[in-house]
Amino acid sequence: MAKPENELTWKDIETGAAVTEPGSAAGYRTGDWRSQRPDYDFSRCLKCGICFVFCPEGCIRQNQRGFYEADLYYCKGCGICAYECPTRVIKMRDEEEK
Amino acid sequence: MGQRVGIEVSIALADAVKLANVDVIAAYPITPQTHIVEHLAELVAEGELDAEYIPVESEHSAMSACLGSSAAGARTFTATAGQGLELMHEVLYVASGMRLPMVMAVANRALSAPLSVWGDHSDAMAVRDTGWIQIFTENGQEVVDQTICAFKITEHHKVLLPVMVHLDGFNLSHVIEPIEMPDEKDVCEFLPFNRSPLTLHPLRPVAMGDFAPPVVFTEAKWAQEQAMLNVKDTILEIWEEFAQKFGRSYKPVECYKCEGAKTLLFTMGSFSETAMTAVDKLRDAGVNVGLIRLRLWRPFPFEEFRAAMKGVETLLVLDRAISSGGPGGPVASEIKAALYNEVEKPRIVSFIGGLGGRDITVTAFEKIIVDGIELAASGSGREYEMVGVRE
Ligand code: SF4
Ligand code: SF4
Repeated sequence: MAKPENELTWKDIETGAAVTEPGSAAGYRTGDWRSQRPDYDFSRCLKCGICFVFCPEGCIRQNQRGFYEADLYYCKGCGICAYECPTRVIKMRDEEEK
Repeated sequence: MGQRVGIEVSIALADAVKLANVDVIAAYPITPQTHIVEHLAELVAEGELDAEYIPVESEHSAMSACLGSSAAGARTFTATAGQGLELMHEVLYVASGMRLPMVMAVANRALSAPLSVWGDHSDAMAVRDTGWIQIFTENGQEVVDQTICAFKITEHHKVLLPVMVHLDGFNLSHVIEPIEMPDEKDVCEFLPFNRSPLTLHPLRPVAMGDFAPPVVFTEAKWAQEQAMLNVKDTILEIWEEFAQKFGRSYKPVECYKCEGAKTLLFTMGSFSETAMTAVDKLRDAGVNVGLIRLRLWRPFPFEEFRAAMKGVETLLVLDRAISSGGPGGPVASEIKAALYNEVEKPRIVSFIGGLGGRDITVTAFEKIIVDGIELAASGSGREYEMVGVRE
């Protein structure tokens, strides 16, 4: 949107609150209610991207070294990536664990 | 000039929808609405109406199909009643929130339990806050006229809100009345297709019904409410235009023998005609009483209603629904709210009657008026009076 959401007045709202500009739900930044997080041992990673495909939150991106890693702001901690990873790179850890 | 025919009101309504040349009809049959969509199904099957008829698996789906069809820019119609309207409830908010034009005929019916398919206004009152325009009709002619007007209202660029046309189940939907069916050519002129400015189109991508976090939801609702507040003026213009073309004029609030009347009876829907006879009889007997009828329920015509209350001492409100555990019938409590801040206001007696198809005869209306005048003077200590209940 032209303006950030918190500056929109009611007159800026499209008819029916429709969204006419491209964008994605990434802008909403919701995802901080996780109780577990993925923890990586990249030494075994194949860079196959399977975790990326299966993540229901679409929060996994390739980092600068080419490894697939979750953006924890959006990760819901569901553990699907850990389950699907063929080489067991990912372990789910409780949030309070180091 | 149109042709005057003797016809069942549901069939006439379906014919009016055909005259409006709808593109999509989604329907699930429910008594007493069934005849409306049955006749439309026939018209489509026989090739008399070139429309898409979607037989869905529930009213929730019917309303959802209407959302999609309207979002795609098609002129959309559905009909329902009672429990069916309640099953649509959550989707009704979506239709109005997304500002999707469509018309729905509601053959008003009581809500279970106990099971009742007969007419009252419980279903309409339960959806009064869903952001739909709600028009109550009184006779078959009005059903036809208001159905045609409803399409023009809903598609108007200042409105773009869905419209319910209410007709009393059985009392109106299943009676045969003489109705002047408007001429097809006239309806075409009155009702050119008015495409919504924002429709789904592959070349102009748009996302509808999105997520709105707390930071912007209030603004979205206020924008919708502003549209609703502007609706009345547009409706008045459209009714005026209709009167010019078809010779029948409609107002949001109508008065019958109100001149100088100290007591007014307030009704909505098909009971108004029976009530008129009672008013005539009492007037002949020297009782200073008139009738006030509300046609436009949402948006509530505060201005017109307050103007009609000038000089009125007693207002007897008849509701055909219970606001359970509340301050009287739903209509009565809104009327009290509308008048609360006025300096001069009538005493209000709330009556609830005609539930689940119970008839209120002319004699019963006379009793309501006579009792009402007495109760207004003495007060009963009750929030409302139940008409004709056996103790
Ligand atoms: S735990 Fe679930 S949400 Fe988080 S990265 Fe893995 S698959 Fe995605
Ligand atoms: S699924 Fe496992 S091996 Fe494949 S990229 Fe993801 S973490 Fe690496």
